[in-house]
Amino acid sequence: MIEMPEATPTDAEDGVQIDLISGARMEGMASMEKIRLILDGVRDGNIVILEEGLSPDEESKLIEVTMTEISPDEFNGIEIETYPRSETADRSFLDRLMGRESTKKLTVIGPANQIQTLHKDENLISALVSRK
Amino acid sequence: MGLLTGLRDSIARVTERLFSASDPKRIGIYGPPNAGKTTLANRIARDWTGDAIGPESHVPHETRRARRKENVEIERNGRTVTIDIVDTPGVTTKVDYKEFLEHDIGEEDAVRRSREATEGVAEAMHWLREDVDGVIYVLDSTEDPFTQVNTMLIGIIESQDLPVLILANKTDLEDSNIKQIENAFPQHQTIPLSALEGDNMDEVYDKIAEYFG
Repeated sequence: MIEMPEATPTDAEDGVQIDLISGARMEGMASMEKIRLILDGVRDGNIVILEEGLSPDEESKLIEVTMTEISPDEFNGIEIETYPRSETADRSFLDRLMGRESTKKLTVIGPANQIQTLHKDENLISALVSRK
Repeated sequence: MGLLTGLRDSIARVTERLFSASDPKRIGIYGPPNAGKTTLANRIARDWTGDAIGPESHVPHETRRARRKENVEIERNGRTVTIDIVDTPGVTTKVDYKEFLEHDIGEEDAVRRSREATEGVAEAMHWLREDVDGVIYVLDSTEDPFTQVNTMLIGIIESQDLPVLILANKTDLEDSNIKQIENAFPQHQTIPLSALEGDNMDEVYDKIAEYFG
């Protein structure tokens, strides 16, 4: 499991930590490792930005695992935003047969009580992030 | 996934679907909370079996367990299509028990409901990955369809190659905007309806027979 650097408590009180995770960093990871990396960060109050996003199957598992971790007054779940998917319609037949996905889309994930999407369209995501 | 393993899995999936054509198809009713999924499930079940599936409510997350109605026989143009309807909890990425307090629900009950709601969403995601043969995706046509949950769920459904019908519900309301839903998901057919009033159900049943029969 790859550990993310941790902010000291003083840093965390002063601001919001943002982890920008490159596609290369995620490439060799199993689905559950990616989900753990995201949720551990988000549960610490960080904003996690993925350069290349998750596959639909991983997104489905992320929702499922998030649900199992929600607990009253502690963790309300996540806010997640990606650019609207547009590549599914023109996947080739072989890609569809093999279940291959093009998932390269920037994805922003944060704690539901700290991030609010102000605007989203095909090319722009604008979000308001607050401290805990 | 290896090339051969992927190909073998794909062929197995396709043959499984071809040879199980006579079994009832399991059709999941999916969508965000409060889109009218249970109202639709009850409408279909009452029209063809006489029974309802579950209680309907304006409080989000009223349906907190997936409920199945088996062997619903829909007759269309002289032939019968048999489906199992699975009414699922509304999918979301967050649940805050405090939202239930706004609906005159006490704190203890709100905490219990939120816990059940989270379990229900997890269950719905599991059904989608493992246990449904097709999807009816219900949207409230008075609401903005360009939400992350809708984008992700439609993406997940497409990646599983499941047939999907998009229903623009609540056309009886003044703010209903069907065009907006058609624009959001141009790759799929959108059918307007009011599950509450029973408006345009004939077209809904025609399409269910066409897509899932």
